[in-house]
Order: sequence, then structure tokens, then C-alpha cells
Amino acid sequence: MTTETQTHEEHHDPPYMLIFLVLLVMTLAEVGYAFLPLPKFWLALGLCVMAIWKAVLVALYYMHLRSEPRRLWILVAAPMPLVVILIAAVITEF
Amino acid sequence: MSSHTPAIQENMMVHDSTFEPGIQVYNMKLGMWVFLLSEVMFFTSLIGTYIILRFAHPDHFAVPGEVLNVPLTAFNTFFLICSSMTMVKAFAAIQKGDQKGLKLWLLATIVIGACFVGIQAIEYAALTHEGFVPMAAKYHALGRTGVEGGAVLGGPLYGATFYTMTGFHGAHVSIGVICLTFVLIRAMRGHYTHSDHRGVELIGLYWHFVDLVWIILFTIVYLI
Repeated sequence: MTTETQTHEEHHDPPYMLIFLVLLVMTLAEVGYAFLPLPKFWLALGLCVMAIWKAVLVALYYMHLRSEPRRLWILVAAPMPLVVILIAAVITEF
Repeated sequence: MSSHTPAIQENMMVHDSTFEPGIQVYNMKLGMWVFLLSEVMFFTSLIGTYIILRFAHPDHFAVPGEVLNVPLTAFNTFFLICSSMTMVKAFAAIQKGDQKGLKLWLLATIVIGACFVGIQAIEYAALTHEGFVPMAAKYHALGRTGVEGGAVLGGPLYGATFYTMTGFHGAHVSIGVICLTFVLIRAMRGHYTHSDHRGVELIGLYWHFVDLVWIILFTIVYLI
């Protein structure tokens, strides 16, 4: 147990400040990108990619998903297909 | 024990009495994750409805910045990201047994979270003053630079969906601030230690989820 505690204490924290700076820069980039004179499709796609990237960073590093067992990853990923299906299936009605 | 990954060893070392052999995290953490996944579906129904209605009735919605205050909300987004950072710093502090750091970072998270809700309330007040209201019969959004009697921007669906989504998110943030205060009080009473800080981790998961939802909301509602 002592050895495991020592190993745990030597473990370095994830780069929280770096992730914070990345999130900050990406937020500013998103706001700037949103007002570029681009077709709506490319604006929406670019913004969604940036938003999902930020969300993944928060999940992996701040929610510590990166260091969690892989089985938890599967559980967390479970609703994602449902999200896509729910929106895509109804939007095709219009 | 040596055959398990470090993450599993961490869970076993701290929480042997409630070790879950299936997903390999302690029961309370599994419960929080399952709850958050149900919240994913909850916000999917709200944001999904907004996306679908916007696709079906584009005349009811306005372009970014016309009605909503993007700079103020971008600043508010920065605030919430800051609070996520302070929350993870609080968790990192108690992982090292730093009681003072835990309390200070928790307090910072509470203050920033409360400021987020306050700024959102100010935003709501300004929007309703400009005619952007959730009630269909009273909707007459003139925009940030509009004048009385001018052209109405968007339609009732815009107000209804906006206030529903951001209102529910704001409620989640408010509940999070209350729960964080509860955790801070327990921290001040010395309930959390290096070897057992599950409460801090669990509220941290909830708080980061609230931030994650706002990241998506801000992009879809304010920028697209």
C-alpha cells in the first residue's frame, strides 16, 4: 500500500493550465470564426468541430476520462449514437 | 492487484469497500456518470429541438449578434471555463492532501459560478427589455440596436427555445453552486482527505459537465 501511495504521489497532474489556455484560445477563435464571410454550411461545420473538440478536452482532462478504465469510455460513448439518431431522424421530416 | 492498471489500482486503494468489478470504478462515481449520461439525453432533447425548429422555420431566428449579446456571453463562457479550471485545481489539491488549496479553489469555483449566473440574469433583463421574451404573444425583439416600432427580428420560437435551453442550463449551474457550497462546508469540517475525496471528485464531474454543455450551447445558440 505504501509503495502504491508513493507511486500515486509521484504521478504528475494532467496539464490543467495548458488545457485551460487551449480552451480560452479556442473560444476566442470560435467567436472570430463565427463572423467570417463564409457560407453558412462551412461556418456551422467549423464551429461544431471546434465545440466538440473543446468538449472532448474537458471530458478527457478535466473529467479525467483519459485515466479512467476503458469500460467507462464505452459507457460514456453510449448516448452519442442516440444523440445523432434523435436529431437526424426528426430533421429529415422537414 | 498488480495486474490492474494504475486507474483501477487508485480506485481499489481508496474505495475497497465499494469496488465495482464491472466498470471498475467505485459505485458513487458510476452513479454520477450514469446520471450525467441521462443529462446528455435531457439536453439533447432541448438542443435537438432547437436545431430541428431552426432548420424547419429559419424565419423565426436571427443571425448571430443581431439579437443576442455575443461579446457578453463570450466573456461569460470564459468565466465558466475558468471555474472548470478552479474546480480541477481543487480536486488536484485534495489529491495531494492540500486542505487549504482545496478550500480556496472550491471557493473560487463557487464565486465564479455565481458570477456566471448573475451575468446571465443581467443578460435576460437586457433581452426582455429589448422585446426578446419567451412568451409568443409578447414577442417583439427589436435587436440590440433596434428602435421602438422597428422591424421585429425572428419570431416567437426563437424566444421560447432560447429561454428554455439557457434557463435549464442556468438552473443546473445554480444547483451546482449550491452543491459546491455544501462540499466547501464539508471541506472546512475536514471531511475530505488525500485517501478519500470522493465528494470532491463527484461534484467536480457534475461541474465540468455543466461547463461542457455550455460549450455546446454557446456555439449552437449564439454563434451559428
